[in-house]
Amino acid sequence: MDEPIIELKELTKKYGSFTAVDRLDLSVSRGEVFGLLGPNGAGKSTSILMMTGLTEPTSGSVHVCGVNSTSKPVEVKRRVGYLPEDVGFYPEFSGLENLVYTARLNGIPTGPARNKAKEMLDRVGLTDQGKKRTGTYSRGMRQRLGLADVLIKTPQVIILDEPTLGLDPEGVRELLELIRRLSKEEGLTVLLSSHQLHQVQQVCDRVGVFVGGKLIAQGDIPQLSRELFAGEAFIVEARVATRTFKKVKEHLEQLDGVNTVTREQELFRISCTRDITAEISKEIISAGAGITWLKRQEYGLDDIYHRYFEGGTENV
Amino acid sequence: MYKVLKRQELLEKGRKELEELIKSARQLKIRELLSSKGGADHPFWVIVSKEISDHVRSWRFIILLGLIALTCLGSLYTSLTSMGEAVDADSAEGAFFFLKLFTITDGTLPSYVVFVGFLGPLLGIGLGFDAVNSEQSRGTLSRVMSQPIHRDYLINAKFVAALTVISVLFFALAFMVMGLGILSIGIPPTLEEFMRILAFILLSILYVAFWLNLSILFSVRFRQAATSALSAIAAWVFFSVFYGMIVNVIARVTQPGAMSGPGKQLAHQKFTMILQDLSPSQLFSDATLTLLMPSVRSLGPLTRAQVVGAIPSPLPFGQSLLLVWPQLTGLVAVTVICFALSYVYFMRKEIRSR
Repeated sequence: MDEPIIELKELTKKYGSFTAVDRLDLSVSRGEVFGLLGPNGAGKSTSILMMTGLTEPTSGSVHVCGVNSTSKPVEVKRRVGYLPEDVGFYPEFSGLENLVYTARLNGIPTGPARNKAKEMLDRVGLTDQGKKRTGTYSRGMRQRLGLADVLIKTPQVIILDEPTLGLDPEGVRELLELIRRLSKEEGLTVLLSSHQLHQVQQVCDRVGVFVGGKLIAQGDIPQLSRELFAGEAFIVEARVATRTFKKVKEHLEQLDGVNTVTREQELFRISCTRDITAEISKEIISAGAGITWLKRQEYGLDDIYHRYFEGGTENV
Repeated sequence: MYKVLKRQELLEKGRKELEELIKSARQLKIRELLSSKGGADHPFWVIVSKEISDHVRSWRFIILLGLIALTCLGSLYTSLTSMGEAVDADSAEGAFFFLKLFTITDGTLPSYVVFVGFLGPLLGIGLGFDAVNSEQSRGTLSRVMSQPIHRDYLINAKFVAALTVISVLFFALAFMVMGLGILSIGIPPTLEEFMRILAFILLSILYVAFWLNLSILFSVRFRQAATSALSAIAAWVFFSVFYGMIVNVIARVTQPGAMSGPGKQLAHQKFTMILQDLSPSQLFSDATLTLLMPSVRSLGPLTRAQVVGAIPSPLPFGQSLLLVWPQLTGLVAVTVICFALSYVYFMRKEIRSR
C-alpha cells in the first residue's frame, strides 16, 4: 500500500514571471483516493497536466507508475486515465462510438472494443443512452461517459480534474459514489481535484490543500484539523432548558479545564482546554437543568479551507 | 535416370518452398503495414479513418462537393460546345485536342482549369480551417491527447485525411471529365495527353494542399474557428484578386521611361515577374497553363535572339515539366513551410480543456 504510484519532486511550472506551481512535492500510494483541494487558479490543473505529460515542467520531476511523465508521456498515458475538466465528446457520434474510438486509440481491435465499450456503459449507468448522439447528453451524462472513457483502457491510475463541477447535488452524489466504488472494487488509485470541500471530504482517503502553487498541508481530514487547530480550545455547545441560566453558568465555570463560558439565549458556548463534553453534560444536569442539544465542535474541511483561503492568506 | 529425376524433384520442392516463403513474407509485410498488433489498427490510421469519415459525412464537404461538381459539368459543357470552332487542324495545338477539354471555353463559363484554381483553395480552406480549434472548443482535444498516442499523430492524421479526401475528389472529377469527353467527342487521349492530365491533377492536389495547410496553420493559431476561417478566406481573396492589382500598380510606378534601354526594360519585366510569382495562385496558373498547353514555350520574357531558330511546335511533356519545375518547387516549399509552422505551434501548444 505504501508504494508511491504518483511521485512529484520539486515540481515547478512558470509562465513567464508567474509561478503556477512552486516546488511541489507529493506522493500518492497505490489504491488511495487523493483529493487535491484548492481555490480556482491555485495550480491544480497545471499539476495534473504535468502528471499526464500534457505540459512540461519548468523544473523538477514527475513519476507516475514509475515512469517519467515528461520524457515518456505515451507510456504514462497508457497507464493513466485522465478526465479533463469539462470533458467533450464528438457530438455527431453516439456515446458508444465515442468510447469505441478511444478504445481503438488505445490499441484495442474494433470487435473487442465494442464489447468493452458496452460493458463500460453498463458500469456507469448509461446502458440506455449509449446509442444516442453525445450532442444531446446532459452535463451529468457527459461526466459519466467521461468516466467510462477513462476506464476503457483499464488504467492503474485515474486522474479527475474537477469531476463534480456543474453537476446537481444528486449527480454529484452519484458520481462520487461511482468513483468510490470503482476505487474499492478495482483497486484503482484515484487523484481528483476540486474546490468543493464537502464532496472531497466524502470520498477521499487523503487530501492536499493547494494554494498559490504550493501544497500547504496534506493528510487525512482529522489529521489536518489536528495540525491546523493544535493548541486551540475545544468548543462545546449546549442548549439548555432552565429558568436559572446564571446558576448553570456558574456551575460550568467551576469545572476543571473550562476557560470561558458565553451565553446567547439558551445556547452556551463553552471553551475548554481538553475534551470534557461528558463532564459538562453531568454538570448541567446536576445544576438542575435539562439538555436539549449538545455538540462538540469538530473542524471539518470547511474550517480548514476558511483558515487557509480567507482568514489565513497572509501566512501563506 | 533415377538420379536426374531426384534432382528435378528436389528442385521442384525447393522452388515450392521458396514460393511459400515469399508468400508468407509478403503476407507478413502487408499485415505489419496494416496493423501494429493482433488485428488492432495503428492509432494513427484510426484517427485518419475517423477524420475521413467526418469529412465525408459533413454538410460542409457535401456542399463544396456539389459546388465543384456542378461547375465542372458546366465547364465541360461549354468546352464541348466550343470544341468545333476551337480545333484548327493546322495549328500546333491541334495535335493536343483532348487537353482542350480542360482549357477552352465559349466565354459563358470559365474553363475547368480556372474553376479548379478558383474553387480549389476554398475546398482546402473548408477542410482545414477548424481542424484543431474545433477540437479544442468541443473539449475533445485534451481527451484525445490523453490517450497513449504521440502528439503529432493528431495533426499529421488530420493533414493526411484531408489530403486523401482531396486527392480522391480531384482524381474522380478529372477522370469524370475525361470519360464524358471521350464519350462525346469520340477521341481517346494520347499517352502524352494522359500524362499531362495526370500531372495537372497532381499539381491541383498540391495547390489545394497548400491552402489546406495554411488553414490548418490558422486553426492552430486562432482559438475561434470563425477567426481562422476568415483569415484563410482573406488570404485567398487577397491572392486571387488583390495581389495582381497591387503588382500592376507597382509595375506601373516603377516602369522605366519609354526611352530607356532594353536592358532596363528587361530588368523591370523580370522584377514584376518575381513579384507575381510570390503568389501561390500565380504559380498554380502558370504551371497549369504550361502543362495543359504544350505550345507555351516560356513563362518569362524571351528576347528576339532567343526565339530565332526556334521551331514553332509544341514542347514534349518532359520539357513542359522542366519549364514548370520552379513553380512546382515553389508550391511544395510554401506548403511545407505552412505545415512545418503549424506542426511546431501545435507541438508547443499547452493543451488545456476548453
